[in-house]
Amino acid sequence: MLSRLLAESPRFFTIYTAEFLLQAALTTLALSAGGCLVGLVLGFGIAVLRRTRGLAWLPARIVAIGFSELFRRIPFLVNLFLVFYATQVAGLEAPVFAIAMVSVCLIASAYLAEIGRAGLDSVHPNQWDSAAVCNFTAWQTLRLVVIPQAWKVILPPAFGFFLLFIKDSALASQIGLLELTYAGRNLNNRGFMPLLSFGSILLLYFALSYPLTLLGRRLEARLANARHR
Amino acid sequence: MPTLDIDNLGASYGGNTVLRGVTMALRTGEVMSLIGPSGSGKSTLLRVLVGLLVPDHGRVVVDGAPVNYANKQSVRALRERCAIVFQQYNLFQNMNVLENVAVTPVRIRKRPRREVEAEAMALLARVGLGDKIRSYPDELSGGQQQRVAIARALALKPEFLFLDEITAALDPELVSDVLDVIRGLANDGMTMLIVSHEMAFVREISDRVVFMADGLVVETGTPTEIFDHPQMPRTRDFVGKILRH
Amino acid sequence: MDYRFHFGQIFTSLPFLMGGALLSLEIAVLAFFGGMVIGTAGAAAVTLGSPALRRIARAYIVFFTNTPQLVQIFFLFFVLPDAGIVLDPLQAVLLGMTLNAGAYLTEIQRAGFTSVRQTELDAAAVLGMSTWQSIRYVILPHVVRTLFAPLSNHFILMVLGTSMAAVFGVDELTGRAYSINAETFRSLEVFSVTAILYVLITIAASMVLALAGRALFRVRMKFV
Repeated sequence: MLSRLLAESPRFFTIYTAEFLLQAALTTLALSAGGCLVGLVLGFGIAVLRRTRGLAWLPARIVAIGFSELFRRIPFLVNLFLVFYATQVAGLEAPVFAIAMVSVCLIASAYLAEIGRAGLDSVHPNQWDSAAVCNFTAWQTLRLVVIPQAWKVILPPAFGFFLLFIKDSALASQIGLLELTYAGRNLNNRGFMPLLSFGSILLLYFALSYPLTLLGRRLEARLANARHR
Repeated sequence: MPTLDIDNLGASYGGNTVLRGVTMALRTGEVMSLIGPSGSGKSTLLRVLVGLLVPDHGRVVVDGAPVNYANKQSVRALRERCAIVFQQYNLFQNMNVLENVAVTPVRIRKRPRREVEAEAMALLARVGLGDKIRSYPDELSGGQQQRVAIARALALKPEFLFLDEITAALDPELVSDVLDVIRGLANDGMTMLIVSHEMAFVREISDRVVFMADGLVVETGTPTEIFDHPQMPRTRDFVGKILRH
Repeated sequence: MDYRFHFGQIFTSLPFLMGGALLSLEIAVLAFFGGMVIGTAGAAAVTLGSPALRRIARAYIVFFTNTPQLVQIFFLFFVLPDAGIVLDPLQAVLLGMTLNAGAYLTEIQRAGFTSVRQTELDAAAVLGMSTWQSIRYVILPHVVRTLFAPLSNHFILMVLGTSMAAVFGVDELTGRAYSINAETFRSLEVFSVTAILYVLITIAASMVLALAGRALFRVRMKFV
């Protein structure tokens, strides 16, 4: 094994491989970051819909609850195939990146809706009362009072979810998206030994995820200490 | 001449009937206090008046025009004319003192920021907090927060000011500063409806006192009438207990 | 869009899919309990171990929580044979999921260990409890109550995670969906039904866990 490693290394560690892997790593990052950002906005919207009152909003509440409860119970891999075949059936010529992105957005919205809900719960109900008697509209209450208080509670777990998805997005390789995991299989298929192919992408995932984990920890500590804004 | 007529108002909270038909009238420049045992519906009445709780029946008439609590526009119009100060201050935690006072006039009523902030500073100076305008609520004592809440209410230039047990959550040594502010407002002729357990204060400041029990008005009168010569047995019982204590 | 849904063939293979769901649950249960063994040892090592042991445990957590489970299993499946260790797909998936779960469960259990407050131990000592008694009556109930909900959540995530076994050809729920799809080409129908089955088995698992938590440890948890 060692001799093979030594023999293959010069052929493996080239500018070409580096570029190929870097491109794939960027795709992984773009997929997770983009999906989680969209998911954060949609998820917060779902969390807000869940808090509406009155009969008129009942359908919206049911859809919001159903969506977040359902999509948190479907595996990412199955979700990917659902979106993949749904676009086929709809006759859309969507690139795999778009398909994977839609799938990530769906799941991220469902999970981040739960995180958004906890964020909304962290804002004391009397803040809503105060805003109401001052004639704030629902949107003004959210923008001026609730979001400025809730985001500190939402951001750390949302960032944690983003970190999870950097790793979970590996499954997007299964619909043929050229992200890091697909790149690893690709290198393996091109004849490089598994240790080099999979070892290098394991290290790349680590290099992507670990610094962000440390960053997340610092962010969390900072937010815990910061009292305002 | 603004008046607030409350007619047979009923409301329930989580399935419990809390107000069973309350009738009273608040005239301009008058200070009226609501007293009574806890659970008698005093605070609920204030919540209904500002539209935080929709009444089951009855009417609230402002200047001869009934308020329709089911209608957003009607409630908004009512809230343009009144302000409430809550027991727990309810200051916006993400805003400093000045922003708390100025946010509604500037962002909701679209008045010029400069003008509003000048007014806000004057109001904050009046409640003794001119040096705290950049502080955040969690940096202030309860008494200071409550005085900010009063300034925030006054910045709305209300015709009616509702005070909901505003000293109940305060440490005893902080109560007098808050009550001094209210005394000043009464002297200026502010129309106020006050829910309070500070009986000496109620007696001193009120033009009229309303005694409530079990969601009903039991007796209404001047402070002397209610505290010294109560007519109804329940009032006598309540006042007797307070005076002994 | 003139697509017509045909669920007929899917419904006849429903028992086949449900058998796959059973295998999914089995994989999740096995990997979870394997992970719990590692997690308990890991949490003990991190909180009580010698500096060297702590460093090893931390390195294990950091590595496994910062790389994808899928790639870890690829590694086991494709690299180990070069070292003379050949795993069949199910073994590779089970081993990979167990090692991965071990890292996450170490983290969760460590939080439970550190949640035991000194005041509680003092109170137990004042009541004249022996070390064993204070573990049995004070520490354990407290730790179980703090840990039950996060551990249950992780188990549900693991049930969903078993679907990646299909990538290696294990015929659990998603794997069987693959094969029905290959036979019938009713892709959307197959994966919709599969998705619904996952929703149902995870709801069932959540309910069983909530009831068990309530009955055994008096843990209050919501069902769904």
